[in-house]
Amino acid sequence: MASKGAEPVIRMEGVSKFFGTFQALKDVSLDVKSGERVVVCGPSGSGKSTLIRCINRLEKHEQGAIIVDGVTLNDSRSSLNAIRAKVGMVFQQFNLFPHLTVLENLTLGPVRARNMARAQANDLAMSYLERVRIPEQAEKYPRQLSGGQQQRVAIARSLCMEPEIMLFDEPTSALDPEMINEVLEVMTELASSGMTMVCVTHEMGFARRVADTMVFMDHGELVELATPETFFSAPESQRCKEFLQKILHH
Amino acid sequence: MMRVLLLLSMAALLSGCSAQWGWYVVNPATESGLANLKFLLSGLYYTVLLSLTAILISMVTGLLVALPGLSENRKLRAFNRLYVELVRAVPILVLILWVYYGLPQLSGLAISVFWAGVIALALSDSAFQAEIFRAGIQSINRGQYEAAHSVSLSYADTMRFVILPQAIRRILPALGNQLVYMLKMSSLVSVIGMQELTRKANELVVTEYRPLEIYTILVLEYLVLILIVSAGVRWLERKMQADERN
Ligand SMILES: Nc1ncnc2c1ncn2[C@@H]1O[C@H](COP(=O)(O)OP(=O)(O)OP(=O)(O)O)[C@@H](O)[C@H]1O
Ligand SMILES: [Mg+2]
Repeated sequence: MASKGAEPVIRMEGVSKFFGTFQALKDVSLDVKSGERVVVCGPSGSGKSTLIRCINRLEKHEQGAIIVDGVTLNDSRSSLNAIRAKVGMVFQQFNLFPHLTVLENLTLGPVRARNMARAQANDLAMSYLERVRIPEQAEKYPRQLSGGQQQRVAIARSLCMEPEIMLFDEPTSALDPEMINEVLEVMTELASSGMTMVCVTHEMGFARRVADTMVFMDHGELVELATPETFFSAPESQRCKEFLQKILHH
Repeated sequence: MMRVLLLLSMAALLSGCSAQWGWYVVNPATESGLANLKFLLSGLYYTVLLSLTAILISMVTGLLVALPGLSENRKLRAFNRLYVELVRAVPILVLILWVYYGLPQLSGLAISVFWAGVIALALSDSAFQAEIFRAGIQSINRGQYEAAHSVSLSYADTMRFVILPQAIRRILPALGNQLVYMLKMSSLVSVIGMQELTRKANELVVTEYRPLEIYTILVLEYLVLILIVSAGVRWLERKMQADERN
């Protein structure tokens, strides 16, 4: 992957997305290189979720082009399957399968979609549970875990599909404060392993530590794109300045 | 509790108007009474077989009708509505007569009483099953589909491993209701000669002229059968909940 050089692994060109007549994304262009960590922030309703949901085709864009690792996103089944295999996603509400154990949550995708043997899938799942530091919870059901543990299971579940890109949609906003760090630590470790990541988050400490690129969105527009240094010290737009002031000093 | 109530009411009935009753027809102590009792109970086999076969078919059909009802495609949704509205509008007894006497003329194939009953009961129930499944599936959070999408599950696998197991847990009480309903409705198949509980009772009444006792036994037969089914469904509910907890 890293050998692809300057070729971006995600390329969004003039992407627009409508919900009915409401335009949620306005002519958004964004390139993400392999191994790059992008943090997206912006006020509520600015289109952050919509942006990353378009990348794994949970939403369809109407205009522009999205190309992920050489695959152009369109209505074809082959493109959909290729994209889903390459892109993992972690949700704000975890979305674990409540009727399955932690281990079953992790192995369902590998066994059914990657045709992996059960024993091999179990080994894979255990190795990722160790990576998110909860191997002892393998036989439990999601509801028996804390929010932080559930989110780490959700991260492990995505990693079991061995994606090239991981998307995070406010992974810590549904968590109690004392559990935020355990999830951010797992994400930081993932970042240091070279995973390509696009994270919607308002955890600015995390953003400062791991982001290569900061993106600020407002009203469906990609307003600002900069390195964290520039972004936090000298944002260009007034909208971004005001936003940062609000979330850094509340 | 239930049993005590039953005994008390039986005792009251028996003592209050003993002159009217002739329990000898089903007295297991006498040879003819025992034979009559066995005759009545022999209907159990077809009542259970008919109801179980019909409910299995109606659940599968109901699910297959529910799925297009959840589609984004307008024509598929229209098919679902049409099926549910049409089938739901036909009285079961009418459907039984139509399938048994009408369908052979239409198709040219003779149809057995058993299968005519199964088809009519299953068809009629499937419209209700379709609505139950649709509601159950709709009650599952969208996030479950999105998570299944992001781990690359196909539509069939998403339904089979993620959505339906959760939906079925939620609709289990309603499915139990339908089974109870089916057991009761199976009595209607007696009109085309199915040898189930009600038919047996009717035949015995004709020879013994003791409708009061025989139909009382019939009522008790259904009551016990349905209490057992209810207990079974309740047990299944508890078991499934426990599965999720431990
Ligand atoms: N399925 C939908 N149907 C209609 N409108 C939608 C839908 N999803 C999102 N929107 C609208 O699109 C806009 C952008 O939504 P989006 O969820 O991307 O915002 P966001 O930046 O992620 O906000 P938040 O911080 O609250 O999560 C919002 O105004 C929202 O109301
Ligand atoms: Mg959002």
